[in-house]
Amino acid sequence: MVVMEPLAWYLPDGKLSPALAAEVPTRDNGGIASDGKSITWKLKQGVKWSDGSDFSADDVVFTAQYCLNEKTACGTAANFQGVDKVEAVDKNTVKVTFKAANPNPYQLFVSDSGQILQKKQFQDFTGEKAKDAPGNLAPIGTGAYKVKEFKPGDVVTYEINPNYRDANKPFFKEVQIKGGGDATSAARAVFQTGEADYGWNLQVPWTVLGPLVQSPSSKGDLVIATSSNVERLLINFADPNTEVNGAKAEPNTKHPILTDLKVRQALALAIDKKKIAEQLYGQAGVATCNIVVGVPAYESKNTKCDQDVNKANALLDEAGWKRGADGIREKDGKKLKLLYQTTVNPVRQATQDLIKADWAKVGVDTELKSINSGVFFSTDEGNPDTSGKFYSDIEMFTNGSVDIDPINYIAGWTCKEMTSKANGWRLGNPHRYCNADYDKIVDQLRTELDPAKRNDLIIKANDILINDVVVIPLVARTSPTSGKAKDLKGPLPNPWSGEPFNIADWYK
Amino acid sequence: MTQYLIRRILIALPTILVMSFILYMILALAPGDPLSQFAANPSVPAEVRENIKKSLGLDQPAHIRYIFWLGNAVRGNLGYSFATRAPVMNLISQRLPTTLWVVGTAYLLAILFALPIGIIAAVKKYSLFDQVSTTFAFIGFSVPTFFTGTLFIIIFSVKLGWFPFIYDSTLKVTNLQTFMQLAKQSIMPIAVLALFQMATLARFTRASMLDNLPLDYVRTARAKGLEDWKVITVHVLRNSLIPVVTLIALGLPAVFTGAIVTEQIFRVPGIGDLLINSIFNSDTPVVMGIVFIAAILVVTFNLIVDVVYGFLDPRIKYD
Repeated sequence: MVVMEPLAWYLPDGKLSPALAAEVPTRDNGGIASDGKSITWKLKQGVKWSDGSDFSADDVVFTAQYCLNEKTACGTAANFQGVDKVEAVDKNTVKVTFKAANPNPYQLFVSDSGQILQKKQFQDFTGEKAKDAPGNLAPIGTGAYKVKEFKPGDVVTYEINPNYRDANKPFFKEVQIKGGGDATSAARAVFQTGEADYGWNLQVPWTVLGPLVQSPSSKGDLVIATSSNVERLLINFADPNTEVNGAKAEPNTKHPILTDLKVRQALALAIDKKKIAEQLYGQAGVATCNIVVGVPAYESKNTKCDQDVNKANALLDEAGWKRGADGIREKDGKKLKLLYQTTVNPVRQATQDLIKADWAKVGVDTELKSINSGVFFSTDEGNPDTSGKFYSDIEMFTNGSVDIDPINYIAGWTCKEMTSKANGWRLGNPHRYCNADYDKIVDQLRTELDPAKRNDLIIKANDILINDVVVIPLVARTSPTSGKAKDLKGPLPNPWSGEPFNIADWYK
Repeated sequence: MTQYLIRRILIALPTILVMSFILYMILALAPGDPLSQFAANPSVPAEVRENIKKSLGLDQPAHIRYIFWLGNAVRGNLGYSFATRAPVMNLISQRLPTTLWVVGTAYLLAILFALPIGIIAAVKKYSLFDQVSTTFAFIGFSVPTFFTGTLFIIIFSVKLGWFPFIYDSTLKVTNLQTFMQLAKQSIMPIAVLALFQMATLARFTRASMLDNLPLDYVRTARAKGLEDWKVITVHVLRNSLIPVVTLIALGLPAVFTGAIVTEQIFRVPGIGDLLINSIFNSDTPVVMGIVFIAAILVVTFNLIVDVVYGFLDPRIKYD
C-alpha cells in the first residue's frame, strides 16, 4: 500500500480507480470480453520500480505465476481460483482468461490482495523457497515511498521513492509505522498528546474512545467508514452435546432446541441491538438487521429487527417452552439453557452481558464463555474451543466480505461448507446450516453476469439467512476505525482498500 | 574448586537439554495457531491455509520438529519467525540493545539507590527516614507497573506534556541534543522499572542488615573502639551483602528477557515486547528462542552465584 500497488484500487464508493493500470477495463471500453471470460488490462507506461528498473506486463504475469504455484503457499491464492491463464499481450498489456464466464473479473490484481511483485526480486524464490525471499521484509515497489528500514514487530521507516511516477509527490520526507502497544494508548497518542499523526485500528470501547475524540482539547479526528463487517451471533444447528464418532456437533446431528424456528425467532426478537450499538460501539458501529452490508446496492431493505419482548415470549409459549418456578422456561423436563461463547475482549463481554439480560427477560438462561482469540480463531483440531468446531449453542464474532463482490462470503453458508471432523472443521459454515434453496441462489450467483440481477440474488440470500434466523446480525462495524491528527490531510476512510492506499496524496 | 566447577558444568548441560525439550513440547502442545489471523477471512480458504501450514513445517510431528530445532540451535540458528520469516537470532539481536539500555539502566539505578536506602533504614531503625522509605518500598512493590506506567503517562505526557510516551527506536544518538531526546523518552519506563525493583532490593538490604547488626562480632568491633561508620561499612555491610548479591545476580537474566508490561505500555521495542507479541501471534520459534536463552542465562547465573559465594564467604567451601 505504501510501497506496493495493485493495478487498481477500490474507492470508498466501491468504484475502481486505476493505480498501475492506465484505465479500468469495462464492458464499454472493451476491456472485459462480452462473454465474460477474459479481462484485458492496459498498464500505465513509463512506470519505474523504486530500484529504477522498468515496470512491465512481465511483472504482472510473474505475480500470477508466483501465486499459482501451490508450493509458494501464497495467502492470496484464492484470488486465482477459476483463472485459466494470465499472459502478457505486449509490454503494457495483460490478459487474464477465466475457465468460465466470470461475474467478477476484477478478482485479481485489485486492491490490497492484488499488489504486484517485482519479477526481478522474487523470480528466484518461487515455490518452497518463497518464505526465504529477502523481498518479504523489504519489497521493491512502485508506490510513493520505499522501505528504508524494517524492524519486525517494531517499526518500519519509509522514505520517498525517487522513481515515483509523479515527481511532485509524495509530500513527506519520511513515514514511520510503529507497531506494538495497545489500542487505547494508540488512541491517546493521536487524540491526547498528538505524538502520532495516524492511529490504526482503534478498537476501543466507546466509553473510553468517545471522551478522547469529543474532548474540546482533542488533537485528532476519527477516520471511519461503514464496512461489510458485522458483529453477529451464530446459531448452531447441530447438537454440540452429543458425541458421534469421536466428535460433537457433526452435521448429521440436530440441535435439540435451536432447530425450532420459533425459538430462533424469539432469541432474535428479544435482543435490543440499538442499545448494544449505542452504548458499546458509539460512532464505531450501528445496529443492523442484515448480514450482507456495506454496499447500499445490495443491502436488503426487507428485514426488520426491532426488539419485541412480548412477541418473543408468545413465540416461546407457542413452541411449548413453559416458564418454570424459577422463571426459566422448560419443556419435557429440560431447561431452556444456552451456552454462548466469544473471544476475550471488553466490548464482547459487555455485549454478552446485555444479551444475557435480554434473554433472561424471555425466560432463557444463558451461560457465558470467553476464549482467547488466538485459540478461538485457530484451526487446531485438538482444541475444543475453536470457532470452527463451535461446541456451544451460540457464538459471536465479526466477519464480513473482504471483497466488494460478496460471493465468497455468501458461499460460507452453503451445505458443502459445513464444518465437520472429516474436513478438520476448517470450512466456512460452523452453523451446519444446510438449505437447498440457499445453495441454489449461490449457484445462480456464480454464473449470473448482470449486475442488477446479482444484487437481487445477494439480497435474496441475505433475506433467507435473516428470516430463517441462521445468524443474528447485531452491529455493522466501521472499518477502518482509525484516528488522524487534525492537520493531516488526505486520508480517505475506505473499507475496500488498506488505509494508506492513497498515501501519495497525504500532506500536512 | 576446579573439580566442583567441572561437575557443575557437566550437570548444567543436560539440565539445559532437558529444559529445551520440555519447553519445546509445552509450546507444541499450547493452543493457538499462527494462522488464526486467517480463520475468519473467507478469501483465504482451507486449502490455502493448509499449504501455508506445510510451508512452515507444521505438518511434521512435534518430536521430529524438536530434533530439527535442536540440531540448528546447537549451531547457533534458532529458526525463523512464522510471522515475519526473519531469523529469530536477528530479531533478538535487534531488540537486545534497547532492552539492555532501558531495563539495564533501571536495574543499575535501582541498585544504586536501594543499597544506601536499605542501609540507612536499618541503621536508623524506626526513624522518620525508615518509616518513609518503608512506606515507599511497600507502595513500590505492591503497585503493579501497568498502573504506575499509565499514571506516569497521564501525568507527564497527557497533562504536563513533558515526555513522549512512544519510544522511538530509530533515534540515533549523535550529539547532545539527540542524547537528550533519548533520555526524555527513556525516563518514564526507566523510572517505573527502577521504582519497582528498588523497593524489593531496599527491603531486602534492610532486613539483611538488621540480621547482622545485633550479632556478637558487631558488639566486639564496637567494644574495641572502632568508629560507628567503620563498623557499619567494613563489618556489617560486607556480611549483609552476601544474600543481596545473590538476589542481584539472580535478577540479571531478567535484564535480558526485558520487562513485558512496561515495554508494552511505553512501546519500548525490547525483548519483553517481542516475547509477548510472539505469544499472542503463536509465533513459537521466537517464543522458544527467547525462553531458551533465558533458561541458559538462569542456569549460568545460578552457577556464577554459587562460585562467587565462595569468594564472598570463606565459610563456604567446595569440594
